Amino acid sequence: MAAIGTAAPAGAKARWALIDILVVVYALVPVLWIVSLSFKTKETLTDGNFVPRSWTWQNYVDIFNTTEFIRALVNSIGIALIATVIAVVLGTMAAYAIARLEFPGKRALVGVSLLIAMFPQVSLVSPLFEMERGLGLFDTWPGLILPYITFALPLAIYTLSAFFREIPWELEKAAKMDGATPAQAFRRVIAPLAAPGVFTTAILVFIFCWNDFLFAISLTSTEASRTVPAALSFFTGSSQFEDPTGTVSAAAVVITVPIILFVLFFQRRIVAGLTSGAVKG
Amino acid sequence: MAEIVLDKVTKRYPDGALAVSDVDIEIADGEFLILVGPSGCGKSTTLNMIAGLEDITDGELRIDGQRVNERAPKDRDIAMVFQSYALYPHMSVRENMAFPLRLAKVDNQTVNQKVDEAARILDLTQHLDRKPANLSGGQRQRVAMGRAIVRDPKAFLMDEPLSNLDAKLRVQMRTSVSKLQKRLGTTTVYVTHDQTEAMTLGDRVVVMRGGHVQQIGSPQFLYEQPANLFVAGFIGSPSMNFLPATLENGGLSTPLGAFPLTDRIRLLVEGANAPREVIMGLRPEHFEDAALVDGQSTTFEATVDVLESMGSDKFAYFTVEGETATSAELEELAADAGSADLTDSGAQIVTRLSAASAAKQGTPLDVWFDADKVQLFDPADGRNLTYSG
Repeated sequence: MAAIGTAAPAGAKARWALIDILVVVYALVPVLWIVSLSFKTKETLTDGNFVPRSWTWQNYVDIFNTTEFIRALVNSIGIALIATVIAVVLGTMAAYAIARLEFPGKRALVGVSLLIAMFPQVSLVSPLFEMERGLGLFDTWPGLILPYITFALPLAIYTLSAFFREIPWELEKAAKMDGATPAQAFRRVIAPLAAPGVFTTAILVFIFCWNDFLFAISLTSTEASRTVPAALSFFTGSSQFEDPTGTVSAAAVVITVPIILFVLFFQRRIVAGLTSGAVKG
Repeated sequence: MAEIVLDKVTKRYPDGALAVSDVDIEIADGEFLILVGPSGCGKSTTLNMIAGLEDITDGELRIDGQRVNERAPKDRDIAMVFQSYALYPHMSVRENMAFPLRLAKVDNQTVNQKVDEAARILDLTQHLDRKPANLSGGQRQRVAMGRAIVRDPKAFLMDEPLSNLDAKLRVQMRTSVSKLQKRLGTTTVYVTHDQTEAMTLGDRVVVMRGGHVQQIGSPQFLYEQPANLFVAGFIGSPSMNFLPATLENGGLSTPLGAFPLTDRIRLLVEGANAPREVIMGLRPEHFEDAALVDGQSTTFEATVDVLESMGSDKFAYFTVEGETATSAELEELAADAGSADLTDSGAQIVTRLSAASAAKQGTPLDVWFDADKVQLFDPADGRNLTYSG
């Protein structure tokens, strides 16, 4: 690697740097645009300036003064966290079994979970709507948590079984020889080593639940379970003729913050190469 | 401390493959026993069955007189050192070594005391707070040993613990493993495919092939009295030379020439109901430069192909014209040594000559061999016709 680094001519380096900057700019400009919009006053909203001429916190004050947004934020956090925890716990167990055990129907199980992940969600919305209304789950937390778990599990199982496969099986044998029960071996040896995988999966699942719009808009009808992405679409100004762009932007910025925090918090735990040193050298 | 008895232990996999067949071994308390054989001979499976990591299909395993077939590994009180060391990468050296004690709910003070003591014995004291990733291969190997000894188990099982080390370190660690075992006096079962390790470490060696025990005995006994062609070829380095031979009129006709059998060998061969066509085996050290020997009864002349001078000895390689000895055992040994396709015309023999020999590469040499050290094998089943154990 070092050889490649030193051998690359300065021109190539500059070219790559330019491409990198372009990609980053392309990804960040819309985000900065939203941030900019959220700080603009109603009068300057459409002036087309990237940097607001007059700054205001009014949009943020407004959204936090409505129960609608706060309630949606609570729903989003609650539903996404519960779904993430359940999906990761179930996914960990399933992935461990898939990585370690030979059992009849293993291939079928993996195939079916892949099938679920590929199934177009939009085709399931109407049946789910009917079923949830019949079961009394419509517009409740479980009504969103259940489909989220369903669609997050294949993702969790796939990511985690890849991590489990990386952990040398001999470590488990060694733990058994050292006097551990299977449960102890899993908890004290395998689980800590799989932690980076678990955290990665947790982040992915959380982002999936947090960002979902389709289920959130279709399976909720009131503030009881409406999550932020759905609630945003119901934002209106104080009158029918008022443009809610400023408040929508402010809300969009607010719901991005937890994701960033979540990733930053767990990023520290994702230490690459944690298993190095376990077996030979 | 324990006595381990394998009584007709058999391992058959669900697909019908027989990995280990009717193995009978009695391991005495404090003994250092080696299981050796080429890969796929069932030695590791046997070890895993003693450990409890593999089920025993048939037969009985007893530790201290108690049947343990059905016991989980943790209830057998046996420690194991793995080929890959299997250190827990998220724990420091201290935590790794303390792990078995923590699981056994030993109090903190005792844990620290035992870990410190083990670290002192293994010279790991200054590394106790490091993670396995930051240790060298030799240090990791010692941590794996440490994790095994802190617990004072009934027995140690070692699965090729030195095979991941480089050659020099391996020799060093071999000595320290041996010292450690003598010092602790714990029953040890050690698996290796390296016959040098087997010869140097063990009180007794079990040679296995295809799931069957070929011979059990002290290293010296296996070397001098191999029960069959396989053991003869596997034990010893460089390995024994094999040549086809014919028994006729109380003499032996071989590619090295015809010579009379000594009285000792004649008696043994007569008792063994030997066939006419046999395979003759002769170890490299039973050859000598004829110029250095008095009373040269059995000599032959051949051209030195290659001469390797080791300082203390000279290894001379010759090609002997004629047929090569063939048998299933020899083919398997050749395959294991990776020399199966090296057969050119004639048989190659290796001789160990004294350093004083004037042998030169590419020149003919008169070579003497000790006719009383000849071993004869039945090509059909490989049994040693001159076995007197």
